[in-house]
Amino acid sequence: MTAAGGATSTLDVRRAVERAFRDDGGRILASLIGSCGGDFQLAEDSMQDAFEVALERWRRDGIPRQPGAWVLTTARRRAIDRLRRAQTWRRKRDVLERLARLEQEEALHGTSSGGEPEEGTVDDHRLRLIFTCCHPALAPEAQIALTLRTIAGLETREIARAFLVPEPTMAQRLVRAKRKIRDAGIPYEVPDDAALPARLATVLAVIYLVFNEGYTATAGDRLVRAELCAEAIRLARVLVELMPDEPEAIGLLALMLLHDSRRDARTSAGGDLVTLEEQDRALWHRDQADEGSALIERALRARRPGPFQLQAAIAALHAEAATPEATDWVQIGLLYSQLLRIQPSAVVRLNRAVAVAMALGPRVGLAELEELSAGGELDEYHLLHAARADLLRRDARPIEAAAAYARALELCSNPIEQRYLRRRLDEVRTASDAAAP
Amino acid sequence: MKYALLIYDTEESADQSEEQMGRWFAYTQELQQSGQMLAGEALQPIATATTVRVRDGKQVTMDGPFAETKEQLGGFYLVDCGNLDEAIAWAAKLPHVGHGSVEVRPLMEFDDMPGAD
Repeated sequence: MTAAGGATSTLDVRRAVERAFRDDGGRILASLIGSCGGDFQLAEDSMQDAFEVALERWRRDGIPRQPGAWVLTTARRRAIDRLRRAQTWRRKRDVLERLARLEQEEALHGTSSGGEPEEGTVDDHRLRLIFTCCHPALAPEAQIALTLRTIAGLETREIARAFLVPEPTMAQRLVRAKRKIRDAGIPYEVPDDAALPARLATVLAVIYLVFNEGYTATAGDRLVRAELCAEAIRLARVLVELMPDEPEAIGLLALMLLHDSRRDARTSAGGDLVTLEEQDRALWHRDQADEGSALIERALRARRPGPFQLQAAIAALHAEAATPEATDWVQIGLLYSQLLRIQPSAVVRLNRAVAVAMALGPRVGLAELEELSAGGELDEYHLLHAARADLLRRDARPIEAAAAYARALELCSNPIEQRYLRRRLDEVRTASDAAAP
Repeated sequence: MKYALLIYDTEESADQSEEQMGRWFAYTQELQQSGQMLAGEALQPIATATTVRVRDGKQVTMDGPFAETKEQLGGFYLVDCGNLDEAIAWAAKLPHVGHGSVEVRPLMEFDDMPGAD
């Protein structure tokens, strides 16, 4: 009740509801999903109901002392109503079980003041939420969409725009994902110790996918892409907060901070790709890079190296070099070798070859690449040809470099990378013309 | 929740050795003892399969499985366990899983169908 005893203004109520949504929405949802036995859709709909009721009720009765707790209690009651009204003849047993559980919680926490869960259980719910959104039984696009919607709280519209997909398509993707969670019985749990490493890897992969979507310079809204990187970093921070002893989680956060610290140097005014070597290091965000470096040092002390930690360590070495010439390529090469042992991908092999070339000269790197391409599996891989071209260029062999750049260009589909390759191609063609008798 | 564990494998790799049969037997035992087993059967090889279709009132009966896929249905288990992760855990233990696949799908439950008791 307001001090004056009269109705509260509509504007004040709207602001209070928005604030409650912003500040407590995530925690309320996480807790509610638990109460609803893992049913995301039911939890979301009930929370939606509760906020609508709040708009009406708070105007009449005044803004409650603990708005978050009020919303949670009301949402729980709404969930009970919805379940009671559920007419489906399918899975009635599960509906009744959920109903029983909710009614029990209602009896325990029914009053508006007793509705807020303690800190310990809040963290537990947030962890459950992350692991459930990233359950391997969901398709990767669904994992990403659900994580961004439920944990990051992005609007469906925003997620759709970020992934260049029509809004109804993204909405459908979310609906299907929530339905799958309910219908297939995906549990709302933190995985047990045996399952945790593999499941954590999926969570980290999802967060990194979100980051890369924002980081890769493809077509799309610049602002939205920057938001994605920031969102991924935020998600990783939550994960590290909840699992401070997981070095791979810390490694991922460090890696993204280090990559992101270079965001203002990566593209030219004209939108062209600027390689690491060519970047104006004064444009790098020093404190972000320093935070990343400190984090990876902390992670490595646990002596449980993993792919994200190794990549972060490499990124930190780049960040620490005041100039390209000061880069510790030998150390980077060693780290890539270590990474190769646990993540034997073509990209890692290429990157190692380049690091080796920078440390020991282009000929050594080219020999590595020869060995790599011997099997022929990388023939269609534009990065292989781009790497060869780059080393040939450094080895003052512009004609061969031109041929390799041309091949890379043929195979490359990213318009910004294409522009970069075309620039290099022109450079080496000019160089070979100049060298011609 | 109830789930079907549908067992797919290529027949060439289907190991019929005594050792392998022993593994299947041990698995079934373990599942039974857990109290979560509803049913489990092996199917005979696809050479014994017959596919029936009725279209526009016309029945067509043909030799062979319903689709010529590399991996074929070889058997199934029906389990009743707490959630998908538990069903997945059972699926991952199946003796053929090193080279075949298991599809895990929840069963439809019709508790309240009119006339169902």
